[in-house]
Amino acid sequence: MKIHSNLAVSDSGFIFNPSNGDSFSTNVVGADIIRLLKLGKSLTDIKKDISVKYDVEPTVFEKDYEDFISQLQDHFLVNND
Amino acid sequence: MKTEKLKYERPAIRKMNTGLMNKFGTRTEYAPFTHIDGVSVKELINKYGSPCFVISERTIRKTYQNAVRAFKTRYPKVQFAWSYKTNYIDAVCNVFHQEGSWAEVVSIFEYTKAIENGVPGNKIIFNGPEKTKADLQIALENNSYIHVDHFDELYDLIELTQELKKTAKVAIRVNMDTGVYPMWDRFGFNYESGQAWNAINKIMASEYLEMVGLHCHIGTFMLDTNAYAIAAAKLSDLAVNIKYVFNKTIQYLDLGGGFPSANTLRGAYLPGPDMIPSIDEFAEVITNTILNYGYKKEDLPLLILETGRAMIDDAGYLLGSVIANKRLSDGRRATIMDFGVNILFTAFWYEHKITPAQEFSSHTEDMVIYGPLCMNIDVVRSSVTLPALNRGDHVVVHKVGAYNMTQWMQFIAMRPKVTLIDTNGESHVIRENETVKTITEPERMPEHLKTFNL
Ligand SMILES: Cc1ncc(COP(=O)(O)O)c(C=O)c1O
Repeated sequence: MKIHSNLAVSDSGFIFNPSNGDSFSTNVVGADIIRLLKLGKSLTDIKKDISVKYDVEPTVFEKDYEDFISQLQDHFLVNND
Repeated sequence: MKTEKLKYERPAIRKMNTGLMNKFGTRTEYAPFTHIDGVSVKELINKYGSPCFVISERTIRKTYQNAVRAFKTRYPKVQFAWSYKTNYIDAVCNVFHQEGSWAEVVSIFEYTKAIENGVPGNKIIFNGPEKTKADLQIALENNSYIHVDHFDELYDLIELTQELKKTAKVAIRVNMDTGVYPMWDRFGFNYESGQAWNAINKIMASEYLEMVGLHCHIGTFMLDTNAYAIAAAKLSDLAVNIKYVFNKTIQYLDLGGGFPSANTLRGAYLPGPDMIPSIDEFAEVITNTILNYGYKKEDLPLLILETGRAMIDDAGYLLGSVIANKRLSDGRRATIMDFGVNILFTAFWYEHKITPAQEFSSHTEDMVIYGPLCMNIDVVRSSVTLPALNRGDHVVVHKVGAYNMTQWMQFIAMRPKVTLIDTNGESHVIRENETVKTITEPERMPEHLKTFNL
């Protein structure tokens, strides 16, 4: 699973996919995850980063993360490989 | 350490459909709703559990006083009667009685509740199609106003008053064409066909029946004020004819209930508050019609109103919590709450406003809100835009004071506590939650079914 490297992500959570012109909005946690994915971080790293920054149990985050990734897949923002 | 961390919100994303952007953009329209009458929603849930109903005594009194003002500033003689079926929790009824409201009941069960609340018999209006002879006798002995619904009841009442040689104060319920369809013609006597006039003749000819009033209840959540002008005119026509033919002055016209609350009807194009007429507009047409009908000054009838939902909807809140989030096969977000349609019956009619009770970001999602029942019908909102809610987050459902706490049912889950916040900001339980015992206590087990081996 890899996120498209050319996605533009703004601080306010605005996402633009230049390959097809789609745009999206996400919340701050979503924007952080996309930024971390773009840096090529693994789930373990992302989990650590998020749980340091936000008040969330790792198990809760892991479930939300899976859900979020499946939404990114639905929107063709990640490659399945 | 923990307190320095940022508040977590479940990550969420949504596609921006530029063609469909509305003027609100992607922001939600509301702020978190953290307090009711100054009392924290979180504390209420900690104290009374989730879900729970909360009633604002302050809002009831404010709404009632505003309705009284709307009518009394336009008409000299006005009396409200609290429609018990709308919310008959005793504490709620007593707020209305303290404000000066009589009781309007539609069954001997509601009648008994009103008597036990201490309402004097002669301030109870007894409506409804089911009044047994025994019920009628109680109402007769208490000198209550009996609103006759059909000829069978009328004959029972004539018989009974003759047996007891006691005079009953009666009115008839009149149904009529007010231009609103479907017409509610199953209750009372029809105006246009002359049935109502026949019933009046019958009453006037009965030794022990005193014709004191005329009643109608033309529908509920009425959006057309003109329907009330027609109703007031048709009742006035009967009253004036009774005066002319029998030289009998009708003491009151009871226009029933039916004013809408500020809820949004399912499928409505505009939100409720933008499309419903105000209570002043209803008061204006009703009082204008009666004042201009040509009554002699001394014959001007008392105007009775049985306003239900418009009087209590605003004062009721349902607090609840998120049980789970999931995604449906088509990608839509679904949020499962700990309250369902068994306690929020009005979800079938209204698109209830639901607000998170804690801070949230400006990112929103379209979602379906389900209740906890393992039943397909348990849909609280079929499509609503809300922030990403986390498991355990609290929400407030608004304007649920009417009909939910009477039409709710014990089904799969049990009914929660009902609480009231008084005008000093103190909270009280006014109805305990059900327990397994509440449900099993009336059950009886035949001897041969008491045991089994699995
Ligand atoms: C006879 C009568 N009066 C008053 C009411 C209260 O109506 P609403 O809640 O529409 O004001 C009802 C409700 O059905 C009713 O049947």
